[in-house]
Amino acid sequence: MNERVKTPEGRPYYKEIGTRPIRPDGVEKVTGSARFGDDFTLPGTLVGKILRSPHPHARLISVDTSNAKKIAGVKAIVTGSDFPDQPFAYTGPAVLERNMWHVTRNVIAREKVLYEGHAVAAVAAVDEKTASAALQAIAVEYEILPHVTTLDEALAPDAVLLFEDMITRGVEPAPEKPTNIARRANYEKGQIDTAWSSADLIVERSYETKPVHQGYIEPHACLAHYHPDGQADLYTSSQGHFQMRALTATLTGMRLTDIRAIPAEIGGGFGGKTVVYLEPLAMMLSKMSGFPVRMKMTRSEVFKASGPAAGTKARIKLGAKKNGTLVAAEVEMYYEAGAFPGSPFVNGVLCCVAPYTIPNVRLTGWDVVANRPKVAAYRAPGSPQSNFAFESTVDIVCKKLGLDPIAFRKMNAVQVGAELLGGRQLNHEGYLQLLEATERHPQYATELGPNQGRGFAAGYWPNAGGESGATVYVNADGTVNIATGSPDIGGSRASMAQMTAETLGISYDRVRSAVNDTTSVPFTHVTGGSRVTFATGKAVVAACETVIADLRARAAKIWDVDVDAVDWREGAAHPSSSNVGDFDPLTLGDLAARATETGGPIGSSGALNATGHAPGFSAALCDVEVDPETGHVKIIRFTVAQDAGVAIHPSYVEGQMQGAVVQGIGWALSEEYIYGPDGRLQNHGFLDYRMPVASDLPMIDPIVVEVPNPDHPFGVKGVAEAGMVTAMASVANAVADAVDRRMTSLPISPPKLAKEIAAGKAAM
Amino acid sequence: MSKMHITTSINGDTTEFLAEADQTLLSALRDNLRLTGTKEGCGSGDCGACSVRVDGRVVCSCLMLAPEAQDRAIETIEGMADGDNLHPVQRRFLEEAALQCGFCTPGFLIAARDLLDRNPNPTETEIRFWLAGNLCRCTGYDKIVRAVQKAAEDVRG
Repeated sequence: MNERVKTPEGRPYYKEIGTRPIRPDGVEKVTGSARFGDDFTLPGTLVGKILRSPHPHARLISVDTSNAKKIAGVKAIVTGSDFPDQPFAYTGPAVLERNMWHVTRNVIAREKVLYEGHAVAAVAAVDEKTASAALQAIAVEYEILPHVTTLDEALAPDAVLLFEDMITRGVEPAPEKPTNIARRANYEKGQIDTAWSSADLIVERSYETKPVHQGYIEPHACLAHYHPDGQADLYTSSQGHFQMRALTATLTGMRLTDIRAIPAEIGGGFGGKTVVYLEPLAMMLSKMSGFPVRMKMTRSEVFKASGPAAGTKARIKLGAKKNGTLVAAEVEMYYEAGAFPGSPFVNGVLCCVAPYTIPNVRLTGWDVVANRPKVAAYRAPGSPQSNFAFESTVDIVCKKLGLDPIAFRKMNAVQVGAELLGGRQLNHEGYLQLLEATERHPQYATELGPNQGRGFAAGYWPNAGGESGATVYVNADGTVNIATGSPDIGGSRASMAQMTAETLGISYDRVRSAVNDTTSVPFTHVTGGSRVTFATGKAVVAACETVIADLRARAAKIWDVDVDAVDWREGAAHPSSSNVGDFDPLTLGDLAARATETGGPIGSSGALNATGHAPGFSAALCDVEVDPETGHVKIIRFTVAQDAGVAIHPSYVEGQMQGAVVQGIGWALSEEYIYGPDGRLQNHGFLDYRMPVASDLPMIDPIVVEVPNPDHPFGVKGVAEAGMVTAMASVANAVADAVDRRMTSLPISPPKLAKEIAAGKAAM
Repeated sequence: MSKMHITTSINGDTTEFLAEADQTLLSALRDNLRLTGTKEGCGSGDCGACSVRVDGRVVCSCLMLAPEAQDRAIETIEGMADGDNLHPVQRRFLEEAALQCGFCTPGFLIAARDLLDRNPNPTETEIRFWLAGNLCRCTGYDKIVRAVQKAAEDVRG
């Protein structure tokens, strides 16, 4: 199915970009031969397993492994003290800080366990049963401490502290007393305190969202093989094998060059596989035992010890003129980071106001620790939570003023060139176009039936550029191999091959596209931030352009002309004018066949730090039907609009949007972490942690707007995250429209909504 | 405890293996026979990634004991294509971009083929309910449902 896109006026005509070819790794994935994290084995491979804390908060008095070590078949046991400690230092940009002192303690506990499921020890044994027996034989002495599992508990004045010396950062002057608040972020513009008097309408509401899991179907898994010479192989299912290599090296005291990280296929990540859990343990166990060690999490471990996204509390205050002009916005949000600081609270508060022009703004975010697993990135980390709160409040303003929600967004839309809070600037067109496209969509004019409602939300996510590398080789038969360092979670091998084919001027089926290990492609940052098609795409194109320069030089040599007299088009070298001489074109295949005589192998690498990425805006239009007796919400129609810049492979662009929306629907309606008073997770399986299934949903209609990004060779903007940002608010706004009750707490589960509807009837 | 000697049919071939009494069929397929196309997503029968067909019925292989495979006919994803010839549902999954990460895909294919074997003309609702035992976190199911609809057309001929 290789349909050719029609060319709109003024846009270059592409042969491969915009078509929908079958992905290079497709057949492997429909025949079962693709190898994911747990599909690798080596001779002599041991089974690694983790002993996890049953307590949400306790001091680790001692971990005695002596009896476990005596069990036949147990080859190695590690505890926290087997790993080098890390300096206490926050590094990286304000929106994405990291502290390796925390990271090493999350991988394996040292002084304290901070959540149920916190790793305490790890064993490697000849088989599963022996490993389990060894875990049973490890004697751990805990001094059990009181725990805090909710934001309210963690913020209480007399709350037990996870870190007895934690002074809130970002508050001047620094507080004298330690608390569970790790950091405050504050952004202001205009005169917020006096601005309210100029508003005709002020709406203030509070909201909450619960922690939810990324829910990738593949549990974390890896295989580490430490060789006696100190070099090691690491098979890892992750969103970035360079990242896994770096973290594993730091946490085990190895050098980068000594670890060859081999990317397994990854069974979903959504941000949750940018984090290291198993790899350093498996590596250390392999080093100690001398055998390869395979580790995988159970689903219960995935829930208890990886992910999730932060739960939040929000207070939003908006002031508007009668005509709908926004004059002031105040946002205060608490993000639950879990056991270690570092929730995405900064991006959270920054994103929610970004789609608007508002003269007076105050944003305050708080990063709060609690006795739960440390949160991990989840698709536009931080933004869906704040968007739910902010866009719900905007919806109230629109309803109170009797304004159309899309017209309201257009009227108050952020303008290109605007300075956004947090030091960003909006440099790219596209947001207005997707609002207009949504407005024109037939769903917006579809009549609603009884108990039905329609919700709209707009949202923003900055997206990312960053470091990427690619290699391109031309083979003797005129085929081309490309490789990148970006794990392919959703079809990126195909888009890389399309960009290669388009740049070189050859057909897609002559390009083989791969994801290679850390020894065979330049450094590449994680598959995250909607950056791969943009940034790694740039690296691929850069490598191709170097190859083209080389091919032109070789043609010039063959023709004995100046290289400037050789053009490259449609996959061949041509004389740039008739003055150059009467030469037949030399195709890529011709030049490949003559590589030996013209200078040897043809190939190049591209490695760059991609700049010029465009933000991801989205607009969501959701129609629901509510059963007023049970409180069950059925999604009956859903349209999502995003600006892809240019959709390299439209099917995979649509797929990102549809998948993002459905994750947001789950967050809005059915997903939440449920803890008991004992601080233990009660729903650590897919039966009780309810993610959407096929029968819950309608088709999700994606509107792919294409306003090309001038800062990418083919106009790409990132599309993988923004679609989720608006999903929750659009569902909540649709429910409010259907039942005339505002649900300010997610998930909008049937019992909660039924209770609210009943309360509404009683009040009438 | 000594292992049990199991004789079964896997994708039409008589296969023997040694199983622990409490080993799951999923573990036997993956660990003993290295048929790793069948995936473990939850181990509790909730995600469908480990779906196989046993004597013509779709089951979660994580919920079946390996010794129960004795004298049964097991069909896994590795047996779905006929050489280079993909089953229509496999081909349509590729053409419709019905997979992103591909981890849940073998389970979906096993379930979808079983649906089409029983009902080559399913409605969208029937497809959605038939596949409700399979979790996909990437696609939002839209393109999966469309791929099954297209495959149904192929099967009907």
